[in-house]
Amino acid sequence: MDDVMQAPGVASRFLVIDISYFLTAALFIMGLKRMSSPVSARSGILWAGAGMLVATLVTFLYPGMSNFELIIAAIVVGSLIAWWSGKKVAMTDMPQMIALYNGMGGGAAAAIAAVELYRAAFANAAQQPAHHSTVVMSLAVVGGIIGAISFSGSLIAWAKLQGVLNRTVRFGGQKFVNGLLFLGALAVGVIVVLHHGADPLHVSLIFALALLFGVAMTLPIGGADMPVVISLYNALTGLAVAFEGFVMNNAAMIIAGTVVGSAGTLLTQLMAKAMNRSLANVLFSDFGSGGGGTATEVKGSMKPIEASDVGVMMAFASKVIVVPGYGMAVAQAQHKVWEMCQLLIERGVTVKFAIHPVAGRMPGHMNVLLAEAGVPYDLIADLDEINAEFETADVALIIGANDVVNPVARTDKSSPIYGMPILNADKAKNVIVIKRGQGAGFSGIENALFFLDNTRMLYGDGQKAAAELVNAIKAVG
Amino acid sequence: MTGIVALYIFMLAAFTGYEIIAKVPVILHTPLMSGSNFVHGIVLVGAMVALGGATTPLEKAIGFIGVLLAAGNAVGGYVVTERMLEMFKSSGARKTGGGH
Repeated sequence: MDDVMQAPGVASRFLVIDISYFLTAALFIMGLKRMSSPVSARSGILWAGAGMLVATLVTFLYPGMSNFELIIAAIVVGSLIAWWSGKKVAMTDMPQMIALYNGMGGGAAAAIAAVELYRAAFANAAQQPAHHSTVVMSLAVVGGIIGAISFSGSLIAWAKLQGVLNRTVRFGGQKFVNGLLFLGALAVGVIVVLHHGADPLHVSLIFALALLFGVAMTLPIGGADMPVVISLYNALTGLAVAFEGFVMNNAAMIIAGTVVGSAGTLLTQLMAKAMNRSLANVLFSDFGSGGGGTATEVKGSMKPIEASDVGVMMAFASKVIVVPGYGMAVAQAQHKVWEMCQLLIERGVTVKFAIHPVAGRMPGHMNVLLAEAGVPYDLIADLDEINAEFETADVALIIGANDVVNPVARTDKSSPIYGMPILNADKAKNVIVIKRGQGAGFSGIENALFFLDNTRMLYGDGQKAAAELVNAIKAVG
Repeated sequence: MTGIVALYIFMLAAFTGYEIIAKVPVILHTPLMSGSNFVHGIVLVGAMVALGGATTPLEKAIGFIGVLLAAGNAVGGYVVTERMLEMFKSSGARKTGGGH
């Protein structure tokens, strides 16, 4: 390797590589900045994509590289699988797909650490001198542990949201076991660093413990909290990439990884805040584990209504606010709902969509789903904008949403969702709830909204109910 | 790159990431998370260098898996982000497009 570094042309190659990586870092940052506004968001991903292309191509010039056929084969296979799956995935399944790709990134960071650490371990076992400093070895170990946690944790998150894994595993002393796994990985890591790689067995043990910890940490977390966890793993992968960037002496990896690490940490906090939970609460509490029996009984009864009556009610309303939830997307009802809204708009009715921060499966997911159906984003209002408007609305149409419109969040201190910001749909003159059956919501909490005097229940599948409403409004003429 | 320079880069990049996200509307949280997921696909270049320098079969095998996963991260992240952002249009843009 050393004689390669002194070969002619190496200096100029490194110059080209350094300048290209600099360009890549700039393109990434400007691309992310553009993605933070709806107007320029589309061009943002193109900028970032151009940066990635430049960095990948120029890396082939790296002095002293071999195994080109392996590199190209791995890139082609990985890209094709990801391209195919990314094109095919339904918009409703987007969160778990992001989790999967993120896990792959974490796994790649762990793989880089593994290559470096095994090399050091075998060199040490053969009594050869160490060629990494203690600092570099520490960063490799820490990055490897974080990457491995992100890898296995993201896979569990994917499996849970995809429905492959339905059980939420909890047992006594779980936190203690998880703590042991994490500290164990760190302890073995310290041994490896102090002994210049120690031996291959120790290196394997670090990764085994970290992978197990990722699984054990993610298993007890409920599906509703998963988006926050995915966002956290996204930030962790960024951090792991940055650490391995130090190891590989690669500025592009350090900058991109760190930017994602800090941006992802902030995004995770914003998401947790939107759900009125602290991050610690999401990660370590037993929310939704079946307790919750202390909540006060809801009095009254649910009053059914026919679609034709709802159609008349909305057709002669002056203002209708639609509150969509993940249930609407699961029923693929968003297209029919938008068709219904267009009919109402033609009749001169003011129609707005009220989006709770955690409608859908992660913040902003519902906006993506509505955009897919063709709803312009200026008809979509978020919680702070719309809450004052419910009092002036004739009809609030709830479709597939539950916990985010439950007024006990405002009133009942014993309820697990007490304090969560909700959409004040109960303030509308009439509340129509489209719902498949009489069961409780994702959190398992009874919804007091359904029992109010001004609430009527329209039972049925979301898509079918929306189609009935379209016909009912057309019948009004 | 000396250690202290790397540390400066680390600090400045951390502030940059924070500033980029700080004022983002909720409607873009999901696409932005997806976009940042794509950006850490840059791990691909590190994985390529690691595999490029691999000599033993074990190093080659791990390096191969690393490049494969990293390429999946980068390409998959790009495709899904692009698909999501493609749908963000205002009602004005829609009317001139004539589609709806």
